[in-house]
Amino acid sequence: MSGLDTTDLAILRVLAHDATTSAADVGRAVGIGQPAAWRRIRRLTEQGVIAGRRVVLDPAALGFGVTVFLGIKLAAKGRTGLEDFERAVTAIPEVQLVQHVLGQFDYRLRITARDISDFERILRRRIMTLPGVGQVEANVMLSEERRPGPLG
Amino acid sequence: MKFMLDTTDRRILRQLLADPSAANAALAERAGVTPASLWRRLERMREAGVLRGIQARIDWRAMGWEVEVSLRFTLDKTDPRAFDQFLAALREVPEVIEIQSFLGSVDWRASVIARDMAHWQQVYRDRILTLPHIAELDALMLVATIKDSGELAL
Repeated sequence: MSGLDTTDLAILRVLAHDATTSAADVGRAVGIGQPAAWRRIRRLTEQGVIAGRRVVLDPAALGFGVTVFLGIKLAAKGRTGLEDFERAVTAIPEVQLVQHVLGQFDYRLRITARDISDFERILRRRIMTLPGVGQVEANVMLSEERRPGPLG
Repeated sequence: MKFMLDTTDRRILRQLLADPSAANAALAERAGVTPASLWRRLERMREAGVLRGIQARIDWRAMGWEVEVSLRFTLDKTDPRAFDQFLAALREVPEVIEIQSFLGSVDWRASVIARDMAHWQQVYRDRILTLPHIAELDALMLVATIKDSGELAL
């Protein structure tokens, strides 16, 4: 795994839970000293394995009650079509995630809205007016969990 | 009681979302508050559950996991235990990094990673197709993530 050992994986597990954990506490959690933990965290960051931080908010508590996943198929293909679509879609503040995919759809999007009528407004005014947009499928999210994955 | 954010809290969250790796002192300056006040407000938002946490973002590709697939499942709902049994089995798959449930034509979605296409084929056959109660399944293979922000129009 690009030269990562079990201590590296244990460190990633700690930081994937709480990125603000100090090097001393990370070291204590995985059984090494603070300087060694600090060196390993720096190396993992330099290797790009730790690729920044994610702020996890409770959207409902902030008044954003609806999360919708969209599958979008472009009507117009070709490279300019992709670039125009991507430029326009990433500029929409309610769109949190844009992924270019292969399969039944060309893009998958994650949208957070205040409520269903707010989502409808975003869909009509922002999404359906995107350049090249074709078929759109929407699924309203009920629950979500992140898994540790191969970190165990 | 619902937690009410004031304009200062919103300013702090906006700055935090814009640059989650910034040091507290820098965040405080950008949000126009003292570091002590920033710390106090973040703690209050943590306690209220508004701020659930700040997590490290792991780049699986940088770790040698080259393939990521979004799998969408529709279940056979004739068995009332289908949802629970499916979720329990899906959680046991170590290559699964994210799970969502939906209201709509798709019941569940999971992000699954693999080292390469040969490994993907193995995971798909041995761990995914063997999950219980699947009626329909389709896969979207990730080409590139164009945007991934926790951005909220606060």
